[in-house]
Amino acid sequence: MKKLDTPQELDAWRESCKNELDHDRLRLRVCDGTGCRALGSQHVLTALRQAVNGNNVEIMTTGCPGFCEQGPLVTVDPQQIAYQQVTTKHVHKIISDTLGKGEVISELLYVDPSNGQPVTTESELPYYKSQMRRVTDLNGQIDPHQIEHYIAHKGYMALSKALYDMSPDGIIEEVIRSQLRGRGGAGFPTGVKWKFCRQSPGDEKYVICNADEGNPGAFTDRSLLEANPHRIIEGMIIGARGIGATEGFIYIRSEYPLAIENLNIALNQAREHGLLGKNILGSGFDFNIQLRLGAGAFVCGEETALMASIEGKPGEPRPRPPFPAQEGLWGKPSNINNVKSWASIPSIIANGAEWFAGVGTEKSKGTAMFSMVGKINNPGVVEVPIGISLRELIFDAGGGIPDGKSFKAVQFGGPLGGCIPAQYLDTPIDYESLTDLGATMGSGGLVVADESTCMVDLARYFMNFTQEESCGQCIPCRWGTKVMLDILTRICNGQGEKGDIETLEQLANTVKTASLCGLGQAAPNPVLSSLRHFRDEYEAHVYDKRCPSKVCWK
Amino acid sequence: MNHFSIQNIRTILNKHKDNKTPLLAVMEELQSYYGYLPREMLIMVSERLDVPLSQVHSVATFYHGFSLHPQGEHVIQACTGTACHVRGGIHVLDHLKTKLNIQAGETTSDLEYTLETINCLGACAVGPTVVTDGKYEGHMTTSKIDHLLEKIEQES
Ligand SMILES: Cc1cc2nc3c(=O)[nH]c(=O)nc-3n(C[C@H](O)[C@H](O)[C@H](O)COP(=O)(O)O)c2cc1C
Ligand code: FES
Repeated sequence: MKKLDTPQELDAWRESCKNELDHDRLRLRVCDGTGCRALGSQHVLTALRQAVNGNNVEIMTTGCPGFCEQGPLVTVDPQQIAYQQVTTKHVHKIISDTLGKGEVISELLYVDPSNGQPVTTESELPYYKSQMRRVTDLNGQIDPHQIEHYIAHKGYMALSKALYDMSPDGIIEEVIRSQLRGRGGAGFPTGVKWKFCRQSPGDEKYVICNADEGNPGAFTDRSLLEANPHRIIEGMIIGARGIGATEGFIYIRSEYPLAIENLNIALNQAREHGLLGKNILGSGFDFNIQLRLGAGAFVCGEETALMASIEGKPGEPRPRPPFPAQEGLWGKPSNINNVKSWASIPSIIANGAEWFAGVGTEKSKGTAMFSMVGKINNPGVVEVPIGISLRELIFDAGGGIPDGKSFKAVQFGGPLGGCIPAQYLDTPIDYESLTDLGATMGSGGLVVADESTCMVDLARYFMNFTQEESCGQCIPCRWGTKVMLDILTRICNGQGEKGDIETLEQLANTVKTASLCGLGQAAPNPVLSSLRHFRDEYEAHVYDKRCPSKVCWK
Repeated sequence: MNHFSIQNIRTILNKHKDNKTPLLAVMEELQSYYGYLPREMLIMVSERLDVPLSQVHSVATFYHGFSLHPQGEHVIQACTGTACHVRGGIHVLDHLKTKLNIQAGETTSDLEYTLETINCLGACAVGPTVVTDGKYEGHMTTSKIDHLLEKIEQES
């Protein structure tokens, strides 16, 4: 393939890619994401390939569309018949009945738990109906290993616009006007951060994609990285152009081998086609991206620790200021954003800031991705407009609580976040409302708790996690989390004493204010928020020697 | 078992020659090649990259992904992430400990098995998740563990 030298060549290629990707074609789309693989999708894939051998049926492997619980997923196009929990023993029936005779196999359809009715097509699944998929629209629809699929769906069009029709300042202005806020945790306005970095003196600048996704039980970034890596890459190139960076890094956790594989393939394809590297699309702009793998340390998700890790050092955070925009990687101005933030950029540039800000609340615009796990009917990844209520998120998209149990709380932001109890189900989900309730948007990882979940045990679990992951540099975090864990462990073992709750509270506040980095400053959050909303559960453990949810003891 | 060689280290260093600070990347390759970081190799890395051995050692001990001891023939990783935890992942881990008669982070004395815990593998929606020699298995139960171990025994 010859490198693309002009925007016109990209347009021409897009037309030919569109023709290739004929939408009326008989096609089996098989999810090849981490979730489906763990449920045996690769055996299904092999069997399907053998069975259709020679027939005029295309088999397309896709990334994760988010509906993991129901995997392995196989979708039959052009009708979009959505089969769930497919195993090798269903393969022949799919070929003979659905492909051969056009019959739908009812036992493979999803049954809507709210009315007991089977759902035939993908777009009718209640799971997708309640979503607004802007960043994730192509997840599950394209093969992430084929750049042609992304190109056919307007891929790299925003980059072409940014390079040829916009100035670097214009790019940054557009992102500022969209009011996009960082999707990695703190929710800082992305465009403003870019501007700081652009204005920092120096010719050598870096952009970084934070793909460390360390929150255990969160997987929004994974699903994007696996299912549509080109969108993240395109966002980074546009950002680099705006900021004036010449080199980019994607720091990805090594626990995501499939995401790493797909990213590597995508980066090579982008380079081969002149979309990355020297003289991108003939515009004279040079920019390259390298991959860096994490080595299993949660704290490396913190931006200064992450940069230390790229520099080949232990991932120890340092105080800010100086902020990365002033002194980042190797002391040069650097800009770091989460995977979802980067992936939001191409559509902001392509459709304009107003389009992006057309959904959301006053201070939080756009859509947000959430991964939902725990006591919920449809664990998986969803994308919804910011500002919908918790009730809509958990009961419509998430399908509600299994086994007729009642909803107790939802944990936002994992070990650094907090919980929101049932009485706030109608709260709109945005950065401010969640913070007011003692939780945080975090990076979109949600854990749903029902009546059989013990909130004290959950707080102990998170404290155990942060205590193990503390880098140990500062004493409040190193020792504070340890002593807090000891108290929580005692309480959960039925050995809580009078005064424990108060000591816990006091310590939590000290660790929060005195720690060096975001890890220690946020580690007490699960304890403080569960104390705020579920103090009675702590008191039952300590004073009545009773675990109300019967988790710690019967 | 892979044997140490100066040739390997040359190949690995060469692969990362464009990396300004290749220490971590080189150590990750060694870890995945040998299953641990052999002492001789760390000394060689320190000399060839001109990084003090003390820094090499601090990197080796800071990250959970590195091990200074040889690993077993089969590596079993049980997820202890939140999603797997609330789905009873701890019972799966306990069962593995009992069956293999080792603690997490240990290797059986015959060097057959290493048991590790891991904080989330991204397959949370289908947890409890266990990875055996790189292969993901979802919806794990104690009886599925028995089955899995039997299969490994039969195949080896
Ligand atoms: C302990 C700790 C862990 C973090 N882990 C992540 C992470 O895994 N992914 C991420 O994007 N941000 C993480 N952050 C936030 C980053 O420091 C940083 O704010 C973020 O990458 C900025 O990107 P954004 O502006 O696009 O949100 C973490 C912060 C702390 C304190
Ligand atoms: S929590 Fe176990 S795979 Fe994510």
